[in-house]
Amino acid sequence: MNAALEHALQDWYPIAMLGELAPGERKQSRVLGIDVTVLANDSADETDSTPPITVRAEGAPVHVQQAFDHWWVCLGNAPKPLFSIEEAGEADRRFVPCGVVRVACSPLRAVENFLDIAHFPFVHTGVLGAEPHTEVYKYDVKVDETRDEVIATNIKFYQPQAAKSAEGGIQTEYIYRVPAPMAAVLYKTCPLKPEAMDVIALFVQPLDEQTCDVWPWMALYDDTSTQAELIQFQQLIFLQDRSILENQLPKKLPIDPGHEIPTKADYTSVAYRRWLKKRGAYYGALEAQP
Amino acid sequence: MSFTLHDYVLSGNCYKVRLLAQILGVAYTVKPVDFHPGKAHKTPEFLALNPHGTLPVLESDNTLLTDSSAMLVWIAQQFDTTHTWWPTNDAHRLALTVQWLGFSAKLTESIGQLRLHTMLNRPADAATLNTLSTENLRELENHLCEQSIRGLAFLTGDQPTVADIACFAYSALSPDAGIEHTLYPAIRGWLHRIRCLEGFLTMPGIYEAHETRNEHTAAS
Ligand SMILES: N[C@@H](CCC(=O)N[C@@H](CS)C(=O)NCC(=O)O)C(=O)O
Ligand SMILES: [Fe+2]
Repeated sequence: MNAALEHALQDWYPIAMLGELAPGERKQSRVLGIDVTVLANDSADETDSTPPITVRAEGAPVHVQQAFDHWWVCLGNAPKPLFSIEEAGEADRRFVPCGVVRVACSPLRAVENFLDIAHFPFVHTGVLGAEPHTEVYKYDVKVDETRDEVIATNIKFYQPQAAKSAEGGIQTEYIYRVPAPMAAVLYKTCPLKPEAMDVIALFVQPLDEQTCDVWPWMALYDDTSTQAELIQFQQLIFLQDRSILENQLPKKLPIDPGHEIPTKADYTSVAYRRWLKKRGAYYGALEAQP
Repeated sequence: MSFTLHDYVLSGNCYKVRLLAQILGVAYTVKPVDFHPGKAHKTPEFLALNPHGTLPVLESDNTLLTDSSAMLVWIAQQFDTTHTWWPTNDAHRLALTVQWLGFSAKLTESIGQLRLHTMLNRPADAATLNTLSTENLRELENHLCEQSIRGLAFLTGDQPTVADIACFAYSALSPDAGIEHTLYPAIRGWLHRIRCLEGFLTMPGIYEAHETRNEHTAAS
């Protein structure tokens, strides 16, 4: 087995939303090029210890856990711990799993695009950005050694409609985290509660190196919008990205320096690529693992 | 008379209604329905409103419509003072408009279904849908080629009608379903002309023409 796959197998990936499948229902999916079946168990008998779902890869059951309103799987034999998002435990937030979207791109490209602020005015025109407010001011990026995550802080950007709840343009503050090669979490100014931050995450399920299922998830403060409004706001944004992502070439993400010329806005992207390379996370990367 | 649109932001059929309303400057109320992932259009409450379980649905004081083509006709007939979008004073063009509205329903069944499969993981027979979609696009391409030889820029003549709006949505969205426009130059030209119309509206997968985008930037 190649080293990139072996590495990727030890991480956790979303496979379904909680409650997506009715008891007895099953679905086919794929993780890292491996066919899997997901079965929602019939737990008619409340006392038995059958787990709510069973996921099998090539016939054999794999590790399953639930977190952030999704079922997660790990196909490896030495699973790493799943990252945490503390805000998932804050009961006064609205939790919004947004449903799966399939994208024909490398799972790493899906994460990288999520980290890039510079595209807002051009791709999410009138919502997350607007000309002439295209400048990305200097911000800080580092690898948090204790959590082994990429962290970008002190990001400020003008947004015409930062969230469903926003009444007009605001200067939005952002923090980005990359807690796993195929997940990214952002914190941004909450329009309805300026002292708090909304949380938006992309959980990426790698179907193979050039296809992924993306499961956006949000934990917001918003007591005015309906669930359908919140989901559709996020889908509007993410589906604008989808057509861009599907047209990026090469399909896989180059992670060796020198392939794409970084600009100021790309600091997070550069840090992300370095961090992938350092930890040997080459699944979905252009280069073969050295 | 204004209306409420039961709407889903990624639906091509809902977009048709939003687009014509925007072009004609008609204000309306939007009621978002959780189509994906919630399948809210299959709940008993929604089926009581529209037994077909489809979006869009248009409601006004005296109308309830469940078909996007019918909605386009209803909107044009009431709000288009030029009578060009629903050309009732030209038998030939009116008949062609109805014919191409019929064709637009085929695009929903082919490209629309393939797009839901490709983008939102809806189970479907992708190979069959792909063949159907390609056949439909070829038919449209041939027709638009003939139109351009006659010097006509749109489906039924030299001006757009509701049929152009109806066929525009899924033709423009075919890349979402994995079908690029490269092989269809006449379709590309026609899509572009529609994107340049005054009052044009975007949706994910359908962008403003560069020309109009630059105009807006220059104006702001
Ligand atoms: N004839 C209807 C068809 C509408 C239609 O098929 N809408 C799609 C969404 S774009 C839908 O609601 N499909 C239901 C489903 O696929 O579950 C129209 O043109 O409005
Ligand atoms: Fe984006």
